[in-house]
Amino acid sequence: MKRFAALLERLALTPARLGKIKLLKDYFRDTPDPDRGIGLAAITRDLDLKTVQPAMLRELAVERVDAELFRLSYDYVGDLAETLALIWGAAGPAVDVGLAEVVDQLNGAGRGGAPAVMRGLLDGLDTSERYALVKLATGGLRVGVSARLAKQALAGFGGVDVTEIEELWHGLEPPYTEVFGWLEGRTAKPAQAALAPFRPVMLATPLDQDNLAAMDPGEFLAEWKWDGIRVQATAEGGVRRLYSRTGDDISGAFPDVIAHMGFEGSLDGELLVRGADGQAAPFSELQQRLNRKTVSKAMMEKRPAFIRAYDLLHEEDQNLRPLPFADRRARLERFIAGLNGDRFDLSPLVEVPSWEALAAARTDPPHPVIEGLMLKRRDSIYVPGRPKGPWFKWKRDPFLIDAVLMYAQRGHGKRSSFYSDYTFGVWQGANLVPVGKAYFGFTDEELKQIDKFVRDHTVERFGPVRSVRAEADFGLVLEVAFEGLNWSSRHKSGVAMRFPRIHRLRWDKPPGEADVLTSLEAMLPPK
Amino acid sequence: MTPETLLHPRREGLYCPPGDFYIDPVRPVARALITHGHADHARAGHGAVMATQRTLDIMALRYGPDFAGATQVAGAAAINGVNVSFHPAGHVLGSAQIRVEHKGLSIVVTGDYKRGVDATAEAYEPVGGDVFITEATFGLPVFRHPAPQAEIAKLLRSLEQFPERAHLVGVYALGKAQRVIRLIRDAGHDQPMYIHGALKTLCDYYQEQGINLGPLASATIDRSDKAQFAGRIVLAPPSAFAAKWAQRFPDPLICFASGWMQVRARARQRGVELPLVISDHCDWGELTETITELAPGEVWVTHGREEALVHWCDLQGITARPLNLVGYEDEAE
Repeated sequence: MKRFAALLERLALTPARLGKIKLLKDYFRDTPDPDRGIGLAAITRDLDLKTVQPAMLRELAVERVDAELFRLSYDYVGDLAETLALIWGAAGPAVDVGLAEVVDQLNGAGRGGAPAVMRGLLDGLDTSERYALVKLATGGLRVGVSARLAKQALAGFGGVDVTEIEELWHGLEPPYTEVFGWLEGRTAKPAQAALAPFRPVMLATPLDQDNLAAMDPGEFLAEWKWDGIRVQATAEGGVRRLYSRTGDDISGAFPDVIAHMGFEGSLDGELLVRGADGQAAPFSELQQRLNRKTVSKAMMEKRPAFIRAYDLLHEEDQNLRPLPFADRRARLERFIAGLNGDRFDLSPLVEVPSWEALAAARTDPPHPVIEGLMLKRRDSIYVPGRPKGPWFKWKRDPFLIDAVLMYAQRGHGKRSSFYSDYTFGVWQGANLVPVGKAYFGFTDEELKQIDKFVRDHTVERFGPVRSVRAEADFGLVLEVAFEGLNWSSRHKSGVAMRFPRIHRLRWDKPPGEADVLTSLEAMLPPK
Repeated sequence: MTPETLLHPRREGLYCPPGDFYIDPVRPVARALITHGHADHARAGHGAVMATQRTLDIMALRYGPDFAGATQVAGAAAINGVNVSFHPAGHVLGSAQIRVEHKGLSIVVTGDYKRGVDATAEAYEPVGGDVFITEATFGLPVFRHPAPQAEIAKLLRSLEQFPERAHLVGVYALGKAQRVIRLIRDAGHDQPMYIHGALKTLCDYYQEQGINLGPLASATIDRSDKAQFAGRIVLAPPSAFAAKWAQRFPDPLICFASGWMQVRARARQRGVELPLVISDHCDWGELTETITELAPGEVWVTHGREEALVHWCDLQGITARPLNLVGYEDEAE
């Protein structure tokens, strides 16, 4: 547990990717089985762990500490897990307990036994271990390490390519003893035991328009870029799996798609849901079905999911990835023809007579759920990762509005003493009405400037939120960029922004000249 | 007489009317008693200053020999009929608590103090009184300073893991710097260590006073060879990290030795990659244990998180109130 706690502590504060990889590699080297594998699974979120509720932790805390002192402390620290870890204090003799043992204890505790198990563990651990324990138990490690980065560290540890790890991953279970054995050269590479494994995806790089002139339109195929999520649908030997682009298995949330995967092969495409008109619905509709383990029948009827396919990686037992994209595309078209059209369709190609014509098509897409174009070289083979050159994404320009800063809230983590989350509004007559919230898009220097503005011009305080001066002739105008706008019954203004971020600070602009609500309403899709 | 007539806050600082002197005044006054050499407690320009010999030395090093009209080395003394005495506070070299006694009423002003072992400061001496004026810099139960040796071990481990990176350790120039250097030496690290120019005078002074810090090289140097700092420990005031000065080091790994580093958000805010929780103040346990041990009639709580410590005193049935003194800074901020 000590090594895992020390690792989390360092990872959370190490900004550089290479630094994180180094820390992980050292952890794998210095930690024995099964603890290192359990630690890895905790980071990749493959660990099966019964989590505890924050309310239970609060109850534990006030058993030990006066409620007012706990409140003052929590107020100061701002993080429940950290407050608990720091305030607990040593109550028993220090215990050297392994991570695997801790996980066993947490999983072994019945519903009623969890507080006693937590109490026992907290008593025997040091501050840093207690923090790791509470983060682990509440299911929120948040150390800034993606599953992919952890797998890269694992690959680096064993001196193999990360795709070897990714391809194996879905047949593996924590604590991955056989993988460590292989990576340390002690045992043979584990066979891919699972059918329908994840195949690492190929990603596009953003297009730099200045480079278009040097590119030959005849060498590329273009498709619309659909605003859903990238998925891989694989069915082999009766096993059907739907993976996210990072290899998370999301089959459980999409049984309506799984039910129609009566094929042998592996499709790459965009997961979307249909609206009432039978067409692809905006991302906000799809979002209702994401991040769930299961899904209700009503939800599936209201928002049926389907895959708009754009690549074919495997067909029967044949690996198509070494083939040129144009060939895979031809195979894909034949493949799709045999599937249920309600659940699988083909992402159509867009003609590329010239870059000018394509640029024009980009500004006027035929469907609202299109967020730009994809350009793929006809001869590109399918390779994992984000190679520069074969595939480009050419997103539509974002929408921009000028809004006025109305409220600011203190952030979390490294921003917990900065006012970094902003609610902004536009004019409706003589009043401002909030239309969105954003907490990124600005530099650290700009953050400091806004923070100062907020502190200097606070009108009222509501806990961590402050309202700031926002008048026609005094206030801060924020140029806000966003990807789309939708109707919303949850917001007073009736609109909800997709992916809003601060684009520019308009210190120069009087708030009275910011946008009005009716100009936003004009951007809305028909109701 | 009531305690308030013996000592009470004024704009200039804590004032003793019968003795006509201030303790750690933040503005120039005619007569000042100084607990220790940190800049927010020890300021230049007073008429007369009484402090320990070492605090006087440190003030002279920082402000020049004419930092006050007159100086007097602390000892048991009577000032206008008020008895004063100085007692080691364990905070930094030369630091003292000041006990003020008049007509049978005594008040102890801790200044800043700590009880943890520190080879670079005189050990704290428990001194009681009718009123105990305690600091509360780390006056919340979340502050429990770990053993400093364990923190130094983290630093040395990081040096092994990242031998290509210069480890820049942020330290306050008086006290923290010397304590951290000494802890590193005591941990067996025998490689060259480098210090920022702002630390040199005080490090030299500590060495003159018999506190062995080992050889220290200047980090000012030789731009031709960035590599000389790879895998080395470089100590500097934290403010130097944002300056161009820091650009001379290869891929610097920012460390910061401070009690505040206990709270992760504080470390993140400052861009600290390796927090070292080493403090020259009492933690919560030491603050509360000291009050319990001394059992004063009344506790006045100042600079820091007064609210929690006053609340704790209430829970124990000890009379306590916050004493609002302005002008003191948080540790190393």
